[in-house]
Amino acid sequence: MEKHIYSVSSLTRQIKEVLETGFPRLWVEGEISNFKRHSSGHLYFTLKDENSQIRCVMWRFKAGELLFQLEDGLKVLVEGDIQVYEKSGNYQLIIQQMQPAGIGELQLAFEQLKKKLQGEGLFDAVHKKVLPPYPEKVGVVTSPTGAAIRDIISVISRRFPSTEIILYPVRVQGEGAAREISSAIADFNEYGKVDVLIVGRGGGSLEDLWAFNEEIVARAIFSSRLPVISAVGHEVDYSIADFVADRRAPTPSAAAEMVVPDRREMLGVLAYYREKFSQTVRQKISTGRERLENYRRSYAFRRPEDIVFQKMQQLDELIRKIQVAILHHLQIKRHSWHNIQQQLRALSPLGVLQRGYSICYKDGRIIKDVSQVQMLDLVQVKLSRGQFLSQVQMLGEGE
Amino acid sequence: MKKTQSFEQAMKRLEEISQSLESGDIPLEDSIKLYEEGIKLIEFCQGKLGEAEKKVQKLGRNTEGELGKTPLDDSSIPGEE
Repeated sequence: MEKHIYSVSSLTRQIKEVLETGFPRLWVEGEISNFKRHSSGHLYFTLKDENSQIRCVMWRFKAGELLFQLEDGLKVLVEGDIQVYEKSGNYQLIIQQMQPAGIGELQLAFEQLKKKLQGEGLFDAVHKKVLPPYPEKVGVVTSPTGAAIRDIISVISRRFPSTEIILYPVRVQGEGAAREISSAIADFNEYGKVDVLIVGRGGGSLEDLWAFNEEIVARAIFSSRLPVISAVGHEVDYSIADFVADRRAPTPSAAAEMVVPDRREMLGVLAYYREKFSQTVRQKISTGRERLENYRRSYAFRRPEDIVFQKMQQLDELIRKIQVAILHHLQIKRHSWHNIQQQLRALSPLGVLQRGYSICYKDGRIIKDVSQVQMLDLVQVKLSRGQFLSQVQMLGEGE
Repeated sequence: MKKTQSFEQAMKRLEEISQSLESGDIPLEDSIKLYEEGIKLIEFCQGKLGEAEKKVQKLGRNTEGELGKTPLDDSSIPGEE
């Protein structure tokens, strides 16, 4: 019998045929090791158990559908096709889809993202912003047709009706929802004219709530300058958004209660202030009145009054004294004036004339010596009343 | 009172007034002034609380991509089921 000699290629081709037809699409469970993500986006790794291993490839377009991250040691369930790579004579598993073993893929993705963001510090308390106590404008990122917006509007308009609610309508589930939610958050920040944001939706399955577990939403919440309240699903649902948000509300209604104070409560606070203010001022006035009364009665208060009265009395006395002194002075003055007048009158040449004397002038000059005249000179004689002209008839010395 | 006063500012000021009045070491004249200011603030806040419900607005981008606010069509929000 003649030996059949294969060429390497034909052997490989036959093996390939046998293997690839003998093992139609199949599921395998194993642990990932030697995981490599090529720059092309294709994923290469080995699937192994205690005794064996098999090479695996996941092409880029399939890898992009994975919600969770591959890592060494991760136990997975994969569906794929055996393929012989003729060039190297290796067989490998071309993976069509993959899910984590023993845990849901969403659950795993959630845990992985949570761990990653936590590691980056996105959940740290230092980043948590304080909610404004009395927001005038509340921004809401949710579906316009969901229960969440209806609940939020009804709670806010009951508690604090003057609050303005601004809705940014987005899809909250399905393809593209996460991107819409995150850009709505960014848009609110750009718009700026709201005080706080509520981001959320009503209850649903883990798949329905998934957008709020996506990294892009988490990053948008983290980057928001406006404080964010997350309100996703029901009480029991925790989302990544809840961990990043400044406050987590268990439901959209609860978020609305958290965001604005209750009107009736506030009216109570205001009534309390009014009462307290009135009471304080009333008390102050009565305390003040009492104190004033005490002062008035006290020696300390009367003393300055006494001093004033004493001074006033002294002043009166002084005035009286001054008046007396002035009168006295005036009398003296008046008296001496009288004397002076009399003296003046006595000294006046007219006074002398009245007593019978006369004055003789020659050429306008008073004659005091006989030598001033000669015989037959004309001499003017002035009397007390009138005057006449005389002629010197005789000259003589003495009387 | 400023026109731009917010409820928040008013509440903050009321708290301050409350503390000042409580402290007791301010003159009567000043405390009466504070009292008057406080009553005005209380009335302002009561007015705010009495204001009617505001219409829900909608934020979004128009066809030119500009961000803007428009009144929300109420009919698009489902009522109580």
